[in-house]
Amino acid sequence: MPAVIQLQDFQKTYRTGEIEVRAVRGVNLTVEAGEFVAIMGSSGSGKSTLMNTVGCLDRPSSGKCLIDGVDIGSLSRNELADLRNRKLGFVFQGFNLLARTTALENVQLPMLYARPKIAISEQNQRAAAALELVGLGQRMDHTPSRLSGGQQQRVAIARALVNRPTLLLADEPTGNLDTRTSIEIMGIFQKLNDQGMTLVMVTHELDIAQYCKRIVVMRDGLVRSDTPVSQRLDAVEELRKLEAEQQAVQLTA
Amino acid sequence: MFATLRIALMAIRRNVLRSFLTMLGIIVGIAAVIVGVSMGTGAKAEVDKRIAGMGQNLLTVMSGNMTRGGVRGGFGMAPNLSVEDFDAIRREVSQVTAVSPEARTSAQVAAGNQNSFVQVSGVSDEYVTARSWPLRSGENFTAADVRNASKICLIGATTAKTLFGEGVDPVGQAVRIKNAPFTIVGWLEAKGSGSFGQDQDDILLVPYTSVMKRLSGDTKFRSVFVQADSPDAIAPVQEQITELLRRRHKISDGKDDDFMVRNQQETSDFFNANNRIMTVLIGFFAGISLVVGGIGIMNIMLVSVTERTREIGIRLAVGARGRDVLLQFLSEAVLLSVLGGGLGIAVGYWLAPLLTQLFQFPTLISEASVILAFTVSAFIGIVFGFFPALKAANLDPIDALRYE
Repeated sequence: MPAVIQLQDFQKTYRTGEIEVRAVRGVNLTVEAGEFVAIMGSSGSGKSTLMNTVGCLDRPSSGKCLIDGVDIGSLSRNELADLRNRKLGFVFQGFNLLARTTALENVQLPMLYARPKIAISEQNQRAAAALELVGLGQRMDHTPSRLSGGQQQRVAIARALVNRPTLLLADEPTGNLDTRTSIEIMGIFQKLNDQGMTLVMVTHELDIAQYCKRIVVMRDGLVRSDTPVSQRLDAVEELRKLEAEQQAVQLTA
Repeated sequence: MFATLRIALMAIRRNVLRSFLTMLGIIVGIAAVIVGVSMGTGAKAEVDKRIAGMGQNLLTVMSGNMTRGGVRGGFGMAPNLSVEDFDAIRREVSQVTAVSPEARTSAQVAAGNQNSFVQVSGVSDEYVTARSWPLRSGENFTAADVRNASKICLIGATTAKTLFGEGVDPVGQAVRIKNAPFTIVGWLEAKGSGSFGQDQDDILLVPYTSVMKRLSGDTKFRSVFVQADSPDAIAPVQEQITELLRRRHKISDGKDDDFMVRNQQETSDFFNANNRIMTVLIGFFAGISLVVGGIGIMNIMLVSVTERTREIGIRLAVGARGRDVLLQFLSEAVLLSVLGGGLGIAVGYWLAPLLTQLFQFPTLISEASVILAFTVSAFIGIVFGFFPALKAANLDPIDALRYE
């Protein structure tokens, strides 16, 4: 079984007019199946570029990027689209749900573009199952405007899962959420990881990164450190602690 | 395909007012096409009806020639068809069921204390057959009456009403034409207005011999009506008459005819030439309006693509191919223009009868024009929707996702 992600001397250079920006300057990184990786770094460190390439939204300028053993540098625009559809799930900081479209329809979106086609009845059933999985079975017909931030992010996770991807990519998934909701989302990620899903997420927050199994830190387009998480946080445990604290605050008040 | 259409419909519903305003150009254009073409076909149908009302398989031989030597002249200026010409046609031309000359004159006609200035046509006993003109009561005059120049006549519906009153059977009464008493033997059914819009029923039909001897003193006819025995016989009869008259009028080869033999189709074409020009003109302006409508659609689709850049980014990120996005926006544009086309057709169906009602302008909506209008509106959607759709399909997913 090949590694889920394999970057070999991956470089990316952007050219805007006369100025050349070397966003990523040679990264070697391997992510095996079942890993849960946090990528950290300040803005301009190249982590977004790395995510875009791993997410098959972009191609490397030089070096190789293999997703599930497939070199994406050699794929056409359509082949990249198909690869995203089949093997990747995206979760964004801003949720990126379609407005005025129900949760169920949002989750169905990736299945609309699946090849071969998926029957409508199966689409409905799979979308419903994905929403159940993230705990939104009761709100399938709600539009994003009627859902809280945490609920919207759950819909986005359900959408990312619905085509049964090999890899789940999350770009600052807790960036727009409060502490409690963030932990809940990390709980969902940990549960998925326990079931065998490979996850890679970008985050600014060190405490959120502690829920992952491995932390990769980037700076100036290069990997500065790559370490396993020694004292990993458990979302269920942390949620319980948080509740206890809140109760204590209420008691003293 | 169904899913694509559903998404397109949702996008249109999301902004009803804007969608409607976008469609307005197409609605106006298509309505103009429908109404314009309906005016053209209506006028043509009216002309055809009147010409068909002249009689079946009818040929008209007229004095003079409209296009003598390439120069257009008035037709029938000097009557030059003689009684002998008429007899020759009746004797020598085959496949003919009825032949009648027409010697026209106008005269003051009186009955009792009523009088009227009407057209008096001198015709043969076969005239009512040739013109398919049934009698309401009484009888047609006979060949013997024609030979004897009898003082009898058939009376048209309008003349009968003027002289004898509504619904009164005038058969057996007498009328004085230029003070000569004529007995009415037959009452003609109403025929309605003719191809020039004149009232065909304000008429007296008299044996042509009577008109020539007693009323006008003419010796030549302006026109002769010939009825062929079948539609297939029209062309050969036309040829025979032409050949016969050229010989009788001693027209040498290479010289133009001094008469015209027209069938109904040719007569109809003559009157419809103007209608066709009108139809083309209206079509031209409707076409301009459709192009403007199409540009309106393109404009709004470009705005829509910009507004929904993020949505496009999301779709691309979850695996939509460029083609999927292209189809989505294209079907939206086509749906807009086809909906506009449908509404335009509805407006046309409403407007055309209104036009007839208000201005007495005959209109007839043909199925062909509806199908054409619908196809054109779909085509406009494809043409003017393609550029915005292509723009959407070629967006870079990363830029599109980042778009604020």
